[in-house]
Amino acid sequence: VSILINEETTFIVQGITGREAVNLTRECLDYGSGAKVVGGVTPGRKGRDVHGVPVFDTVEQAVADHGAPVDGSVVTVPPAFTKDAVFEALEHGVKLIVIVTERIPRRDVAQMVELANEKDARIIGPNCLGVIVPDVIKMGGIGGPAKDAAKAYSPGPVGVMSRSGGMTTEISSTLTAAGLGQSTAVSIGGDAIIGSTYTELMPLFEADEQSQAIVIYTEPGGRMEADLARWVTENNSRLPIVAFMAGKFMDEMPGMSFGHAGTIVEGKADTASEKIARLQEAGITVAEEIAEIPDLVKDRIGSGVTS
Amino acid sequence: MRFYEYESREIVKRAGIPVTKYGFARTAEEARDIAEDIGGPVVIKSQVLTGGRMKAGGVKFADTPPEASGYAEEILQLEINGHMPRGVLVDPKAEVKQEYYAGVVWDGIRKKPVMLFSDMGGIDIEEVDREHPERVGRGHLSNLTEAPEFRAKEVVAQTGVTARQLTRATPILARLARLFSDYDMTLAEINPLGELEDGSFVALDAHMEMENEARPRQAQLLAELGVGDTETREAREATPFEIKGEQVDAMDHRGVAGNVTEFDGNLGLVIGAGGGSLTLFDAVRKYGGKPANYCEIGGNPSVAKAAGLAKLVLSKPGVDKIAVMMSIVSNTRVDIVARGVVKACLELGFDPAEKIAIFRIPGAWEDEGFKILEKYGVEYCDRSVSMHEAARRAVEKIQGVAA
Repeated sequence: VSILINEETTFIVQGITGREAVNLTRECLDYGSGAKVVGGVTPGRKGRDVHGVPVFDTVEQAVADHGAPVDGSVVTVPPAFTKDAVFEALEHGVKLIVIVTERIPRRDVAQMVELANEKDARIIGPNCLGVIVPDVIKMGGIGGPAKDAAKAYSPGPVGVMSRSGGMTTEISSTLTAAGLGQSTAVSIGGDAIIGSTYTELMPLFEADEQSQAIVIYTEPGGRMEADLARWVTENNSRLPIVAFMAGKFMDEMPGMSFGHAGTIVEGKADTASEKIARLQEAGITVAEEIAEIPDLVKDRIGSGVTS
Repeated sequence: MRFYEYESREIVKRAGIPVTKYGFARTAEEARDIAEDIGGPVVIKSQVLTGGRMKAGGVKFADTPPEASGYAEEILQLEINGHMPRGVLVDPKAEVKQEYYAGVVWDGIRKKPVMLFSDMGGIDIEEVDREHPERVGRGHLSNLTEAPEFRAKEVVAQTGVTARQLTRATPILARLARLFSDYDMTLAEINPLGELEDGSFVALDAHMEMENEARPRQAQLLAELGVGDTETREAREATPFEIKGEQVDAMDHRGVAGNVTEFDGNLGLVIGAGGGSLTLFDAVRKYGGKPANYCEIGGNPSVAKAAGLAKLVLSKPGVDKIAVMMSIVSNTRVDIVARGVVKACLELGFDPAEKIAIFRIPGAWEDEGFKILEKYGVEYCDRSVSMHEAARRAVEKIQGVAA
């Protein structure tokens, strides 16, 4: 039915009193069947509330107030404090952490991810907009205010993963307009090291009966696409994948990064053209334009998969 | 952010790794003084942030201090790949018995740093790895605990290196791993790491890159090395147009309207956001358009900031029209961007309908935005027109102008 989250998912918002976090909380409460935002954390602001969500000084207090384990946390604190906030959430049993914050040094991200692995937890992001299950729940700013998100996203068979938050919505909206809904859309983040790569999320989509195809938005920089190509080849996945690669112009400009921190090209294998070749070798369809994606998905679903 | 070789060597030295008795000179006189101090044959190396120094004549060997001075004079004038040197490094010419490679980089898939070592130093490690994979040792490091020395030893031993060479190389690789994490490096390389005739090991060249995001917390090291806050150390230096773009973005703290990169085309771009800009820039080129610039807007910038960016692009010599395009926005208000770009046209005395080739920003407050554009006769479209189609229409319009 979905991956990562569903209508039962409870989560907190760390940094909830920040301007962006206040909006995000409103959006999540309003969308679909209404997210169960059970608390917020901002040190020194205990006793307040944000759109009716109680604010605490610590994650420990928020969990105690809820009276049961909390499934997730959306972290929106400034980069210098993010690592500590994530460690705090992990320490108190939170298993799914969406990190919205950008400009976090890689070493901190790597530390958070390693600790999350030890605690059997998962991180989405950083530098991402979160996760949405159309018409059911969203966790993060993905899609914006509830009415805007409702316009772009609709339930259906396509899993979406994207290194760009904005393009997650653009692609989903294009699919929706063509009558193809989404099972779950994940903004995975634009940094060089992220909590969950395409490869790490594929088994979840694979296990989700609703998902019949995957659409990914990719960029130059890093080895995530090559790793996905490897995974697809080795695992005989039932899910056809359609990819779109942005930033082809960067191949002519080595050493410069555009758009996201993760687009910095550190080797030949990181370039757009090299990645496209690897994806295609693995049987992944690479779309030239966003508008072609729905037809390519329909072709691929029609030609093999039934559920 | 890339460091010059003389800075990289200083970083290596601070980490307790032996270096030669090198000196950094900004003038030929300084180079001669250092050569005199060294007292023997020296190597003069151009200090530029680009590769291929040797081929370009940026590295010379001198036997005497006057010769060193002469070569320094030449090298200080020599532009390499568009970069002028910041100075020269004067290095004693070492009697090297064997060259090794020691490096630490990120593995983005395993999400851990990886140490690399080879007994084939002095050449590109990727090449060694391709041709002689058995000569490259590697080992991942935990992010949560300090790198243990035995891990470095294992990596060195994988290449077959043993005896005194193993015990000498091990602490160097371990210290390199520690500095990689202490200083938030994305690359820390000693290549070559030289074994001298007397059996000692010494860093003969070093290449360090620090993550931009970590610059604030590495302020002390950067200050001690003399790296200024405004030094971007990008692959090429910022142009005046790009610097003005940064000033526009710094006007206020609301949203982003900047990240400008200059190109030499005739179609000015006001595009966003991160992924949207990458997609739209490609789209313009796909349809034969020639972008005058790259940029990013997003995060709900003020009218003044959107106008500032549009004015900057419109005023760029050779720009005939601008295309204002974004992927679907949720936290940026369409009407604010519309107001900004129309304002920019009017203040420069242009007809918005003439200058704005297309406006394609669907999303929050789009009806209000479209009303403004309607009033000024600007062609606009909503999400039913794809990003690529919008780019195609903009290119078609500007090619009509050129013809």
